[in-house]
Amino acid sequence: MAEARAVQPQFPTLERQNDADHLGMLIFLATEVLIFGGLFAAAFTLRIEHSAQYAMASRAMHYWLGGINTAVLLTSSALVALMVEAVRAGRARLAGWLLGGAIALGLVFLGVKVTEYAIEYRDGVVPKLSAANLHGGPHELFMELYFAGTGLHALHVTIGLCLLGSLLWPFGRARRDRTAVLAGNAALYWHLVDIVWVFLYPTLYLAR
Amino acid sequence: MKNVRAILCTWAALLMLLALTIGASFAPLGPVLPFVSYSIAIAKTALIVWLFMEMKTRDGLERLAFATGFVWLFFLFTLTFVDELTRSWIGH
Amino acid sequence: MSQAPTQMNQRMSQQAIPNTAEERRSYLAEGHSLRSWLLTTDHKRIAILFLIAITFFFLCGGIAAALIRFELLTPTPDLLSNDGYNRTFSLHGIIMVWFFLIPSIPTTFGNFLVPMMIGARDLAFPRLNLLSWYIFVLGGLFTLVTVVAGGVDTGWTFYTPFSSTYSNSAVFWAITAVFVSGFSSILTGINFIVTVHKLRCPGMTWGRLPLFVWAIYTTSMIFVLATPVLTITLLLVALERVFGLGIFDPALGGDPLLFQHLFWFYSHPAVYIMVLPAMGVVSELITNAAHKQIFGYWFVAGSAIAIGVIGFMVWGHHMFVSGQSPYASAIFSFLSILVAVPSAIKVYNWTATLHKGEIVIDGPLLYAVGFIGLFTIGGLTGLMLAMLTIDVHVTDTYFVVAHFHFIMVGGSVSAFFGALHFWWPKITGRLYNDLWARLAALLIFFGFVMTFAPQFIMGYEGMPRRYHFYPPEFQPLMVMSSIGASVLACGYVLPAIYLFWSLRYGKPAGPNPWGATGLEWTTASPPPKDNFETTPLVDKPAYCYPPIGEAGEPAAQQAEDGDG
Repeated sequence: MAEARAVQPQFPTLERQNDADHLGMLIFLATEVLIFGGLFAAAFTLRIEHSAQYAMASRAMHYWLGGINTAVLLTSSALVALMVEAVRAGRARLAGWLLGGAIALGLVFLGVKVTEYAIEYRDGVVPKLSAANLHGGPHELFMELYFAGTGLHALHVTIGLCLLGSLLWPFGRARRDRTAVLAGNAALYWHLVDIVWVFLYPTLYLAR
Repeated sequence: MKNVRAILCTWAALLMLLALTIGASFAPLGPVLPFVSYSIAIAKTALIVWLFMEMKTRDGLERLAFATGFVWLFFLFTLTFVDELTRSWIGH
Repeated sequence: MSQAPTQMNQRMSQQAIPNTAEERRSYLAEGHSLRSWLLTTDHKRIAILFLIAITFFFLCGGIAAALIRFELLTPTPDLLSNDGYNRTFSLHGIIMVWFFLIPSIPTTFGNFLVPMMIGARDLAFPRLNLLSWYIFVLGGLFTLVTVVAGGVDTGWTFYTPFSSTYSNSAVFWAITAVFVSGFSSILTGINFIVTVHKLRCPGMTWGRLPLFVWAIYTTSMIFVLATPVLTITLLLVALERVFGLGIFDPALGGDPLLFQHLFWFYSHPAVYIMVLPAMGVVSELITNAAHKQIFGYWFVAGSAIAIGVIGFMVWGHHMFVSGQSPYASAIFSFLSILVAVPSAIKVYNWTATLHKGEIVIDGPLLYAVGFIGLFTIGGLTGLMLAMLTIDVHVTDTYFVVAHFHFIMVGGSVSAFFGALHFWWPKITGRLYNDLWARLAALLIFFGFVMTFAPQFIMGYEGMPRRYHFYPPEFQPLMVMSSIGASVLACGYVLPAIYLFWSLRYGKPAGPNPWGATGLEWTTASPPPKDNFETTPLVDKPAYCYPPIGEAGEPAAQQAEDGDG
């Protein structure tokens, strides 16, 4: 049973409203790209000006944990893409299961991240809090960028999980809307979160 | 459900690119490594944007809207790097 | 349907005129409770909510300006300590830039007029529009917290490492205020862009849009692309203040110029946010005053876009003496000179529009012409500043201060007042006394010139900015500047008086008191909640005034046999 959304009075047709919602979301995602872009500018600046220490700091990162997280997020994104297809095909329950899987993977991502932070604390490479093994200004700067960048990303993961979760409750009826407007917008946000990580990973973990 | 094959193939390709990028970081590429890493990241992003985010089926306006963020980042990075990379040319 | 401009002495009534029939049917009559205003999604009411908020901040920033000009009457400090002076000019800058100028025209006239000018019932996302206002107000509250916490002394530019490490003032609260207000900008920008793409009425092609809409669209593009970079930059400074995360700390190897690159990547386009809507207003005022088609419609529209794009590539001209590579500086200098070209094109086109037009000299025209003159001077001095050799000499002097005040105050604020006078009859349904309007415009123009022209001279002769000590030989020019500021203040206060007076004593304006083109003039004044009785159908270009010398009404854009 398909459930269409109501048309707001300023829109002549539902289709125009859906287009507007989609366009608005894409423009918002462009702003998110620019927010993270500033962080990357800081990272690139550090890499240009202190390349040897930057590489040394990157080599100390746990690339395999980051790699697992990348795979987790890519898979979660794939599940979300499948979820949108399921909604379009009218298969709301399947979409619900796919969402559950995607959210579970997102929680795995956060879990791995927290574990990684704990390991870094134990390793003594956390600026200000546990800095015994930080060697020099640029190394400390690198780790600060790491925590700021992955922290901001983790915040966005959390927001994304809330958006995806809202499609389970309280906006479960969005999964029955075969134009998949809300589901599509939540999915777009999740894909952006994925894209940011796709760039964060080599920037921080693989700059040997 | 449409596009299931496309989504799964994309997913497989993304994981392969992930393996590639990790492997490349261990290869003795020297100063070329960042170019390789970011090319792979761009390729992954292109796959996500085109197939997961369905830009393939969207109109030009929407593609432009999303692409503009990246183009503007290009302005930010390019001119900032022109400064940072050329400061030493004047004999500091 | 349109009427010739009413004779001046017939615009006001001796007795108070109670609510007219149009007012009773208008958006103003849809609920009188506080709730109906604070929970409204009507773009016209939200415009008024923003107008109230930015007027309050204009007052706050103006008080800071008054303190500055009073202090500078003598060469030595009188009222303020060194620290106090730093805090005063910082607050003046922060409030005027982020809480007055940047929102001013877009959130008031943009919100009110863009849907009407394109024949729509509202913006694409009305609830987001209201949220934008609440976020703005929240940012404003943080500004008040900053003031209560003693203010901030870093200048509105928050340069590191002073702001991140060494300052002992309320940097965190000031940064939070600006950070929060940025989200208001972003949401407004998204709303306008989607609205212009998706809600144009039938027949309203891009080539028929009023130039004001082109200006707001370009401004929204800048809101969306520039503000996020400020957001992350301020976040990083805040992290440094609170957690000691020294991204910008030179002691750790941080690049002191990185902050400036990121800050100015936003803040230079921000000045185009402040000037492009003003230019859009001027296009409307000039075409109406001359009762003539705009000269070179596509050149004016295209130059708005050109300014919006090229304006993102010039930010390094704020860093010529900060240690930036001279090669980068040369590129930025070239691009900064280039960005003046589209601005100049607009000035030529406005002038050509006025040429041989049937010019009516009223308040709105005086504000528009004031904009053109003062913006041209500001722009020419901007070209001077774009040249490396001159800039090295006048950086951080009053020359720069005068340059940007000519553009932002002589330009944008004049255009804001012009817009207020031009669209007041539409917004309120009442006419005002034009004699007072012309007097205010002249007071503003002459007061402004008296305030800021001496500053060019002082700056060129070496008077540094942000100082309240100065060599006694500058005192005559400083005093002249301060007296000018008093005249300017009178000019700004005067409209508040006669415009409010008109709410009761002004005669009903009717739909089109100016005989202007544009869809907003085809509906009642004040407009009904849904703007139009039926969706307009457009079949003519913008500014379809009849050829000069021919009798007849200007053709409204709306098709006569359409749904209108």
